[in-house]
Amino acid sequence: MAMNTESRRVLRKLVKNPTAMLGIFLLIFFILVAIFAPVLAPPEPGKDPFKMLPAKTAEGKMIWSSNPIAPDRAHPFGVIGKYDVWYGVIWGTRSAFRIGLIVSIISSLIGIVVGSISAYFGGWIDEILMRITDMFMAIPFLVAAMIMTTILGKGLDKVTIALIIFGWMQVARLIRGNILQAKEEQYVLAAKALGIRDYSIIVKHLLPNTIFPVIVQISMRMGSLVITAASLSFLGVGAEIGYADWGTLLNYARNYMLQLDKSWFAVVYPGIAMVLFVLAWNLVGDALRDIFDPKMRA
Amino acid sequence: MLAFIIRRLLILPIILFGVTLIIFMMIWMLGPERLIGTYVKSPEALKSEKSVERLIQKYGLDRPAPEMYFKWLGNVLKGDFGYSNVGRQGVLQSILELIPYTFELALYALIPVVFVGIWLGVIAGAHQDKLLDHGIRIFAIVGWSLPDYVFGLLVLLIFYSYLKWFPPGFLSDASMKVLRDGPWKHYTHFVTIDAILNWRFDILWDAILHLVSPLLTLSYLWWAYILRITRSSMLEVMRKDYVRTARAKGLSEKVVINKHVKRNALIPVATVSGGMIMQLFAGTVIVETIFARPGLGRFTATSAVTLDYFSVIGAALFFSLILIVTNLLVDISYALIDPRIRLS
Repeated sequence: MAMNTESRRVLRKLVKNPTAMLGIFLLIFFILVAIFAPVLAPPEPGKDPFKMLPAKTAEGKMIWSSNPIAPDRAHPFGVIGKYDVWYGVIWGTRSAFRIGLIVSIISSLIGIVVGSISAYFGGWIDEILMRITDMFMAIPFLVAAMIMTTILGKGLDKVTIALIIFGWMQVARLIRGNILQAKEEQYVLAAKALGIRDYSIIVKHLLPNTIFPVIVQISMRMGSLVITAASLSFLGVGAEIGYADWGTLLNYARNYMLQLDKSWFAVVYPGIAMVLFVLAWNLVGDALRDIFDPKMRA
Repeated sequence: MLAFIIRRLLILPIILFGVTLIIFMMIWMLGPERLIGTYVKSPEALKSEKSVERLIQKYGLDRPAPEMYFKWLGNVLKGDFGYSNVGRQGVLQSILELIPYTFELALYALIPVVFVGIWLGVIAGAHQDKLLDHGIRIFAIVGWSLPDYVFGLLVLLIFYSYLKWFPPGFLSDASMKVLRDGPWKHYTHFVTIDAILNWRFDILWDAILHLVSPLLTLSYLWWAYILRITRSSMLEVMRKDYVRTARAKGLSEKVVINKHVKRNALIPVATVSGGMIMQLFAGTVIVETIFARPGLGRFTATSAVTLDYFSVIGAALFFSLILIVTNLLVDISYALIDPRIRLS
């Protein structure tokens, strides 16, 4: 029951906050774009929709020249490196959701497991797990992800693996800190005195009381994970060539770097999509943080 | 204090050891065929050896992983990181050559971050919920949502393609010729400082023109971040009892903000500064690539794209070293500022 009133309180506060509503509105917009991608940018029947095919002219002929084509009726966002920017932006939304959700959920789960074990048992288990966490944090995230993808090879699935391996540490530290605080609370001591098993104390008592900051963290990280994944594609070590992904489109724009005035649309449109996507998650995360932070409740 | 520093220094080698272990595990995943490159110093050596199997055996690449790890670690400690195809020389030499370029960029980027970020944050905090505050907050949240490579490409589009103000690259061809053929003495390897010492203000101006866009791209994100932290910590401090007391004493708002609020509000800013310095270094990977500047960042990116594994790994070790040392310095200076840290 406690959770229920809590979530009702959260909802009420969210609705009252205009920036949070803007964030939610943007998120719904992106979810709709992802769902209706086949309608907005119909793929070739029977082909993998994420593999972009060379764009076609209004008459249905394949375009073979790789010169950028400014936006026109057939290609509302223009054509870069033979690929239709509109198609890439629309299907890139699906790629963004997929990588963001998979990485943030799995890496957060790893973080929750490591952090709660570390905090609850303390002592040398804590020492070892936290030093391992430090070691993973001692390699800059982007650089670590770059080595991983260099070694694993190109592809969005490899990017996902790289980001998970180097993305769980903040959540582990956060949940550890929260549990260390909650551990001394009376309800935990009472549960221990009653002889309840460690596992169920962690899962039933500690996690529900410490999980909200993690939810905030997940929503704030969704945006930055998608940015990092796209930056790998932008640098050329992320998604395969021709994969429908925002970073890949920017990578094509990079080939025309010194004549960007002829390829501005390949920067501007995927750029706007990314900014709004990240903005949406940041706004929602910001609002959630204000709601969950007890210091702000007064 | 001394005990705190000693404890931190004792952990340092453990962390460094762990980093090499993680990096080695990644190398190991490459498999022996792709690994030969670490041990072969030049492309000629690879050609002279006829069979790959013989090379694998010669360099012990079929040995068990722990044995290989310690051998590799020994080489790294001796400064042998392997051969860099991108740098066309040893990985270590390539990195050492490129360090000044990257340091110059990253250190200059700190200046606007600290001044603009803190300044705007204090203003926003002092005028909570006024129009100015909302404006600054919107700038902060949009800035934080704008990826640096999108921003960098837009800067290039506006300031180079349209306005023709700030060219990409490192220096103009004329200045590069002076650097190469002289008269030019390398004092610090920071081109801006060397230009002053060489009394060549035309080259200084040229270097500054080339620095504007990369600095803007590298640092704007952190203006936004520092701004947000300064603002929220200002708000927290302003609710403290001693601030109410200061106001009740009849001190002017300016004195309250400058003397009582600002100093305490800046402690959280000091905590994040270590992470920020590191992120500025990591950001050079993107910024140097976009603006075609020489440096460690572009070296890393080029090596990754061309699958020059040992250049990437050498660069990663180096970035990690910067990160670890920065964190240590920040922790120590933070303990100096805030005595509570030492005790915990």
